[in-house]
Amino acid sequence: METKRLITRRRALIAGAASFGGLLLPRYWKELPPTYGNILRMGDTLTYAAHRTLLPGQSLVREYTHQDITSFPATGTTNPADAKRPLSGAYRELQSGTFADWRLSIEGRVRSPQSFTLADLKRLPARTQITRHTCEEGWSAIGQWTGVPLSLVLNAAGILPTARFVVFYSFDDWVDSIDLLDALHPQTILAYGMNGRDLPIPHGAPVRLRVERQLGYKSMKYLHRIVLSDEFDDGGKKGNIQNGWAWYTGI
Amino acid sequence: MAEAVLEALETGRIPHARWVRISHWIVAASFLTLASTGVVILMAHPRLYWGDVGNDLTPALLELPISRNYKHNGWEKREPFFQESSSPISANRTYDIFNQNGWGRSLHFLAAWLLVVPGVVYLVLGISTRHFRLHIWPRSGELSPRHVWEDAIDHVHLRIPCATGGPQYGLLQKYSYTAVIFVALPLSVMTGLTMSPAITAAFPILLRVFGGFQSARTIHFVAFGALVLFVIAHVVMVVMSGFRRQMRAMIVGR
Repeated sequence: METKRLITRRRALIAGAASFGGLLLPRYWKELPPTYGNILRMGDTLTYAAHRTLLPGQSLVREYTHQDITSFPATGTTNPADAKRPLSGAYRELQSGTFADWRLSIEGRVRSPQSFTLADLKRLPARTQITRHTCEEGWSAIGQWTGVPLSLVLNAAGILPTARFVVFYSFDDWVDSIDLLDALHPQTILAYGMNGRDLPIPHGAPVRLRVERQLGYKSMKYLHRIVLSDEFDDGGKKGNIQNGWAWYTGI
Repeated sequence: MAEAVLEALETGRIPHARWVRISHWIVAASFLTLASTGVVILMAHPRLYWGDVGNDLTPALLELPISRNYKHNGWEKREPFFQESSSPISANRTYDIFNQNGWGRSLHFLAAWLLVVPGVVYLVLGISTRHFRLHIWPRSGELSPRHVWEDAIDHVHLRIPCATGGPQYGLLQKYSYTAVIFVALPLSVMTGLTMSPAITAAFPILLRVFGGFQSARTIHFVAFGALVLFVIAHVVMVVMSGFRRQMRAMIVGR
């Protein structure tokens, strides 16, 4: 039958859509966050897969000058010691000792688990960047961040080849993760300084994450533990997905 | 040949093509979802700014009384970052804000996929089938101010022609469809993309074109306002020109 060989517009469109889907699936199906059948999470996943497929891997966000620094609201937890959370007492003790006893542990799929003090982190090569913080609420602010690139810390522990995600635990009892592409991005840092001084408590002391290509809530404050993982970990009741929020917020 | 086609268009009745009808309803559903979730998102921070930066501690261009977050003043421990008197400050938020962005944002972006992907297909088909040239873009003779003025006067006096049930559009209709398809909707998509930190990392030119993140957000809002006005006028005109006839024409094509 001659008609079967015709490339109609409809067939061309279907073939195009199918091959685009085919391009995405084999590469990502193991590494996509769970959707629990929720159509909103499926949309988030589509955006994540599209960004990872279509955007260049390690492009840098714009960096600003010192004059561009603006006022900066502190939202969410502004002091974990005040909150009635499991780690509030521990944080209060660390705070009274100006965080000399604070430790950041690097665990999971690494060759040699590490434990860093604040002084250890400050001895590693530092990066200072003036970037725009963009909140999901709609506001933005520019601040200067000083810290150690996350890639240096992860490489010091030795990332095992099967590792896919980096999971963060905070003193305000939150769990969140990013993929290795964002974790190894040159502007992803563990910040201990803000605007030329020690990171203030409302902004995440002693150390917070900066993930500049995602929205503000991915830049977790009050870190104490980092775990490399082969599998996606949604953080359960302490993570974004089960609380109804997108895991990937590059948009 | 063009003359013959034009003749047929002006006298004969031609139905809406199937791909036009499908695109129309997909974009309609997508726009209604985008507009309503957009309002929900704006309610979380009902302040608009110009430039790259704007937050509760900096002056706003416009504040909208659309949620309890309007001028809430729930800020404490204001502390300057630097020595000088004009130093930017930090302040802690103590106010429990309205924020439904968890589902609001995700639904907004899901609906945006439904606008962008069919929208691109629509633009390609609109050019390749000559739909834009034949039906949407004003023809050279129709560009004269006198024609536009006459059509405007007819609209003011509510002299609305009966529905043709197809794409034989009036002059103001062509202008408004052209503005929606080629200005307002693309502008909404581009300013929306400019609010994405991952996309502006890859394409920093977007921030320069729109004058910064907050400018893009403000333009996004203005485009939303223009599109809502269009939808209201569009629905009024559909009702006045014969609601049943028009709906049938855009649903079944007859």
